Parts: sequence; structure tokens; C-alpha cells
Amino acid sequence: MSTGSLFCDSLTKVYGDSKGRKALDSVSLEVPSHGIFSLIGMNGAGKTTLVRILATQLAPTAGRATINGLDVMPDAKRIREHIACIPQEARTIPWMTPKQTVLSYLLWRGVSYEEAGRKASEALAKVGLGAQENLLNRRLSGGTKRKVLVATVLSSDADIIFLDEPTTGLDPISRQELWTSLTKLAEDRFLILTTHYLEEAERLANVIGILHRGKLVGLGTLDELRSTLKYQYSLMVTSDTELPVVREGLVTRGVTGQTQMLTDEPEAYEISRVLLEKGAKFSMSKVSLEDIFFHLVHRTGEEDSQ
Amino acid sequence: MRTWGREVLASVLVNSIYEMKNYPVVLLNTVLSPLSFLIVITFVSKGQLIGEAIEGGFIMSMFQSGMSLQGDLSHLKNDFKLQDMVVSSPTTPSAYATGMAVGEIIYSIPALAVLTILAAIYIRPGAIESLELLGVFLLMFLGSVAIGFTLSTFSSDIVQSFAFSRLISTIFATLPPVYYPITYIPLPFRYAAYLSPTTYAGEIAQSSTGLIQLSTADIFSAWAILIAVSLALLLIAVKKARWRDV
Repeated sequence: MSTGSLFCDSLTKVYGDSKGRKALDSVSLEVPSHGIFSLIGMNGAGKTTLVRILATQLAPTAGRATINGLDVMPDAKRIREHIACIPQEARTIPWMTPKQTVLSYLLWRGVSYEEAGRKASEALAKVGLGAQENLLNRRLSGGTKRKVLVATVLSSDADIIFLDEPTTGLDPISRQELWTSLTKLAEDRFLILTTHYLEEAERLANVIGILHRGKLVGLGTLDELRSTLKYQYSLMVTSDTELPVVREGLVTRGVTGQTQMLTDEPEAYEISRVLLEKGAKFSMSKVSLEDIFFHLVHRTGEEDSQ
Repeated sequence: MRTWGREVLASVLVNSIYEMKNYPVVLLNTVLSPLSFLIVITFVSKGQLIGEAIEGGFIMSMFQSGMSLQGDLSHLKNDFKLQDMVVSSPTTPSAYATGMAVGEIIYSIPALAVLTILAAIYIRPGAIESLELLGVFLLMFLGSVAIGFTLSTFSSDIVQSFAFSRLISTIFATLPPVYYPITYIPLPFRYAAYLSPTTYAGEIAQSSTGLIQLSTADIFSAWAILIAVSLALLLIAVKKARWRDV
């Protein structure tokens, strides 16, 4: 499948009748179909609905979506030759082994039995499960089971891969290992990844989409998203120091005693100088995805309530 | 075609071979369920109805395969999200469903083997009768698989799905006169029994092996109804089964 883009035009999904809940509300976007596109949002934001529509599992109520020029509705059959998906809450089947899990998935994709067996072993070895390929899935830990599922899509020749919250429930070490696998996978494939972990999106994604109550409230690279904020710098003051007056910025006092100041670059350096003179403990950084997320979600919430 | 065969093989492996290989105890259930009725009917009738009971065992096995398909597919769809993974792949719904259905038949092999041995001993059907019986059992299987697959694609809750599966099995395979002749039930209830395709399957099977006498017109109409119901159920499956959610 040629490199192109993922495109959505006023994509809407209403569950049930027309008075039902709008899970997706006129989402329009266009992102290049390579690297990692991460969708973030709170529970019920519409991430899974969007992924399921794009992965041809769910029909939209209105609007259209294309992947590299192919429409997810009329061209679903052609799209399915190029995609693989690990749905949210997907689980390994307990009475199967990791090798049987990957092998059967490859057979479903039309790979011959011998080749499927070889590819299954290779994919499992890549995620560090070579020695466990013949154990029953029910004997594996939660994180290892997730790795088995990742191995299934890794083993396929699909060039577009949907991963709906793939690292949920993984311990920090397993998550880091999976991030490494996903980064490698994204070198020659397009990954669409949903996550609750903002750090994960910040670390992995080339483009980030922020969904809130079914609406797309932010889209772009991390720098592009930063530029949508009025303030680009964050100062986190951890010590109990009298804070300097912030001429231009936002000050938020946390319940744990920390104070965060969002401000522009000149003001950030000026405040830093004052804090250093006072001997205060603080850190300064560009605004994080977490700052952007809270700002955009909060702003949308305020607009909705007006 | 080769790719289709591989897709079917994947479903067969997942729905039967791997489970049988890794959990052989599950086979006991598939043997005991159709045989338990056979044993009860045989004892109660003091051996008089063993032929009908064996044929009933076959019909129940075939019908239950479709109902088990519904439960198994719902389980794989809702608890493991397998159907979503397969939908987002080149696999066709026909390959997926066919493989899963073949898997159910493989599961039933131990029960079918026991029933075949009993049929060879107690019924001794000839070649033509055997073909007739095979036709009836195949139609039963196709019809029940069609219901099972269609219902599974609509299911969103496994508990509800298993309840449905048991309810349909009871209504169509346990209550109708499958293990004994329809004349054993009081007249008003016979009309209700004729609402079930399994009643016609039982009548054709019993008549073909000489256990009951039916007129040519009755045999013809029983075949016509059974074929029509099976085709209608297959058509519903093709048109209404929900591969992609709406």
C-alpha cells in the first residue's frame, strides 16, 4: 500500500437511535500514514470508536474516512489486506500456546502452515518469548499475554497496525520493552495507537490527536500542539518559597505543595533567575503533553458549559 | 481458494483441535450430552425405542453443533475480541464461520462415532437409507450453524448468549419428538411439535429406516419443509449476520 494519509471528514458515530450518545462528533483530520499516530483522551472520549471505524470493525453513522485513498466502507475488503489490529481488551485464548496464537492468526491472513509456524517463532523471539512459545497462555503473566498479542500483528505483513491501549496493565519494564518494539515496528509501518499514558504518546508518537467527548480538540506534532498554547514553558517549584509575581502566565497550586507556573520564554528565564537567587528548588521545561492535554480538555469543557 | 482453505484451517484449529489437544476433558461433555437422552429413552422404553433414540442422538448432535457454535463464537468475540481481530484481516466471514462450524463437527466426532457403532448394530441401514440419514443430519447441521453464526454476531454478552443457546437447544432438540415417534405425544402438542424443523428431521430419519410408516406425500412434505427451513436460515445468515458492527 503506497504511503499517503489517513483522512477523516466529519466522521460521526451515534450508538443506538439518532437520539443516542454521540461517541464521535464530526471528527475531521488528515495525518501522514507513516510513523506513529497516537490518539489520547479520557475514558469515553471516542478513541476506541474511531479506531474501530478505521479498522473496518464498525460502521460510522455519518462522514467518511480513507486510508491511503481507500474508503473504510466501500473499500473495506482491500483495506483489510493491509491492516492488523489488537483491539482494546483483547485477550489471549487460555487453551492455546503463544505459538498456536500467532500461527492461527497468520493462517487467517492466508500464510501457509509451514511459513506461519516459522514466522510465529520469529515474532515471538523478537518480543522475547522464544522460550515460552509452547507454554499454555493461561500460564503466562498479564504482561506476557499482551506481548503475545503484539507478536501476532508483528508477525503479519500488514503495513497499517492498530493498537488500542496495548500497554495497559504492563509493568514499567515490559512497557519500555514494548515501546522499543513499537518504535522498531514503526520504521516501515504505520501505527495507530491509543493510550491513556500521555508519556507514552509523548515518547512514541510523530503525530498526536486529542479526543474529548467525541470531538477532536487537538492534532499535530508535540511542537505543533505546544504552539496552540499561549505559554510554552513550565516551571515546577517544589520548595516552600515565596513565589515571584508572574506578570504573564498561569499559576496552579497543587495539593501536594507543588506550584506550577506556565509562562512564555522570557518570563520563564526571569522567574528562574529570581528563584535561583532565593535558593528555591524548582525545575523548568517546555510544556509537556500532559499540560497541553489538560489545557485543551479544560478549555473544551468550559466552551461546552457555556 | 488455497488462501480460503488456510483461513478455514485457522478457525478449525482455534475452535477444536487446540482445545481438544490442550484440554482433552472437554470431549467428555460432547459425548455424554446426546448419549444421555438415548440411554434414558432406551431404558424407559425397555429397548423398544433404541432405533429412534439413536437417530435422535444424531439429530441432537448435529443441532447442538450449531448451538455450540453460537456460544463458542460469542465467547471468542466478546471475551477475547477475536472476531474484531479477524474482521481487520483479509479473512472472509464465510471462511471464519465454515472453519468454526467444522470445528464443532470435529468436537462431535466421539459422540458421532459411538452413535454410528450403535446404528450399525441396532438399525443396520442400507446404502440408500444411510444417504437419506446423512442428508437429514447435514440439513440439521447447516440450519443450526446458520442460526448459531447469525446470533453470535449480534451478541454482546456471553452470559446472555449461552442462555439463548440453551433455550434454542431445548426448544428445538429436546422438547420435539426427536428421540421417539411423534405419536407418543398427545395430539394438541403434535401441532406445536410441527413448528420445529427437528420434528421433520426425526420423522424422515425414522421413516427411512422403517421405524415408523409415513405416506409418500408426508415424506415429500417433510423433506420440502426441512430443505426450505435450512435454506431460509442460510439466507438469513448471509444477509443478516453482522460481520462489521453498526
